[in-house]
Amino acid sequence: MNIKHEKMNTGRQKGQPVKARCAVWHLRLYIAGQTLKAVTAINNLKLICEEQLNGKYRIEVIDLLKQPHYAHDDNIYAIPTLRRKSPLPVISIIGDLSDTERVLVGLNLK
Amino acid sequence: MKKNNVMFKRNTLPKAPTSIQGFDEITGGGLPKGRPTLVCGGAGCGKTLFAMEFLVRGATLFDKPGVFISFEETEKELTANVASLGFDLDSLVAQKKIWLEHIRVDHKEIQQSGEYDLEGLFIRIHHAIESIGAKRVVLDTIETLFSWLPDARVLRAELQRLLRWLKKKGVTTIITAERGDGALTRHGLEEYVSDCVILLDHRVTEQSSIRRLRIVKYRGSTHGTNEYPFTIDADGFSVLPVTSLGLDYISSVERISTGIPRLDTMLSGKGYFRGSTMLVSGTAGTGKTSIAAQFAEAACKRGERVLFFTFEESPSQLVRNMLSIGIKLEPWEKKGLLKFHATRPTLYGLETHLATSIKLISKIKPDIVILDPINGFMIGENQTEVKTMLLRLVDFLKMKKVTAFFTSLTSESADMEIPDVHISSLIDTWLLVRDLEIGGERNRGLYVLKSRGMAHSNQIREFRLTNDGIELLDVYVGSEGVLTGSARLSQETKDDAEQLLRQQEIGSKQFGLERKRDAMEAQIIVLRSEFQAEEAEALKVIRIEKDINERFVQDKVKMGKSRRGDVTLKPGFAKRKNINIKKKVI
Repeated sequence: MNIKHEKMNTGRQKGQPVKARCAVWHLRLYIAGQTLKAVTAINNLKLICEEQLNGKYRIEVIDLLKQPHYAHDDNIYAIPTLRRKSPLPVISIIGDLSDTERVLVGLNLK
Repeated sequence: MKKNNVMFKRNTLPKAPTSIQGFDEITGGGLPKGRPTLVCGGAGCGKTLFAMEFLVRGATLFDKPGVFISFEETEKELTANVASLGFDLDSLVAQKKIWLEHIRVDHKEIQQSGEYDLEGLFIRIHHAIESIGAKRVVLDTIETLFSWLPDARVLRAELQRLLRWLKKKGVTTIITAERGDGALTRHGLEEYVSDCVILLDHRVTEQSSIRRLRIVKYRGSTHGTNEYPFTIDADGFSVLPVTSLGLDYISSVERISTGIPRLDTMLSGKGYFRGSTMLVSGTAGTGKTSIAAQFAEAACKRGERVLFFTFEESPSQLVRNMLSIGIKLEPWEKKGLLKFHATRPTLYGLETHLATSIKLISKIKPDIVILDPINGFMIGENQTEVKTMLLRLVDFLKMKKVTAFFTSLTSESADMEIPDVHISSLIDTWLLVRDLEIGGERNRGLYVLKSRGMAHSNQIREFRLTNDGIELLDVYVGSEGVLTGSARLSQETKDDAEQLLRQQEIGSKQFGLERKRDAMEAQIIVLRSEFQAEEAEALKVIRIEKDINERFVQDKVKMGKSRRGDVTLKPGFAKRKNINIKKKVI
């Protein structure tokens, strides 16, 4: 129920899931140091992408401790943050992505 | 000595001066240095402004760069908003004195999966602080996170961590928060910020808005506990402390003329004290403003600056009206010595009035300030507030050694001295102008109700507005009582006539006496001449008698000779006879 409703709301791609329309997904994961949460998030993200996107994705992990200006430029405050740069619209998901179901819904993969 | 110093250091919390007008006075130096302060209050009460001014003043006056983390307004909006207060954020940002950071929290694009923390926020704040070497940080309004981010439990823990982290960094932080129902903040932030909590309030009473500030808590420091009114205007934030100004100002012994020579005489001959506070009260149309204007003119003639607050008349009307009694204010206004400031008392709240006045006084630096009249402020039951406002103004003026001159309209029916009693303790010299109704006409009487520090006159003077200014006349005090105006004139004429009559009487009496004296003198002359005539006559007779006598003696001798007798006269005989004759003549 809830899932369907969510799909309707993201609009534009009526009927077809987003993954079919876009060649390569560009995903960015912002972390701050190799913390437990960061590592968990990276692993979770890789797993989801492998399952859902058949290699048509690019994951960029940005460590804000090393590149702090990204925090300002991309308006990051919560860590970890996953941001879908493409396809549009930009979507952000915060947390270590341990709730796969919510990630899929959030990224409009389900 | 050394011990004392140590004690002193231990007892006093280091403070970060805000340089916000009045605030440092009530907090004994500013915000707790290196610790977080919570500024809470309802919408539009000036939280952001307070925080921003703290940063800007710190950056410009104390060389303490500051970071402004905004969760609501963008950098551009912030810059535009505070530009109206004269803060040039753009240039401060360019000089690396201020760092603006907008953290946009947009719920539409945020979803949560699993655990998260606010490390990103930490990194941004850290980066901002490091970039400019900031000593001061503002988080405005961090509570926004609660509205848009899931999992309040995580947020609370993270906020607590953030505050600890900021404290450890030693930056002085201001956190703003919306006021909640029945609590200081909506999300209970006061639990985490234990060092200093400031509450801002904006309320409307009697249709005028009053902003107030209260320091709810200030750990490790004494602070004023009152609610302090504050204002926000073109110069930013100003808190108006009631008690921050003490009674330790130095009083001048210099005396300045009132502009009315006879009034100077009434004030032990020299006029007002410089830096003192005068009040002229009286019923409508008794010439209070005229006394004020005359004083202003006299001051301008001495080359002093006068600031004239008029709350009832427009400056041009006032100038015109005063011209009719020969007080020329216009040239002084043109010269720049006399400045008018006309506002309706109801235009804004008391605090704003006070702040405007204080600001103008600070800017113009007048020697004399006139408020005409102060009654306009008294609306309804706000007498205490008016009194506090005037108290603050008087304190301020005394500190600046500015002479203050207030006029006050008293109601006709009530006891004239009552309405002003509320402020009488503030007043050094109090003149009362009142109507004296005698003989079908109304005249003005002026007297000095009190005048601190001088032997002032206890006399009532008749007060007249002539074409050449104000004139004080003696009232008639005599058997008929106190008379003024025509009654005085007629009484004086009557007195004059009586005196003339008396003088004439005296004159005629004197004349009569002279005449009598003349008559007497004349009689004396007559008597003397009569006497002289008689005397001459008598002497003549005596001479004749003497001759006769001598001849008789000679004849006797001759006869004796011829008779050859020896009759000789004894030598004393003729003499005795001579004496007898003399006696007879007299």
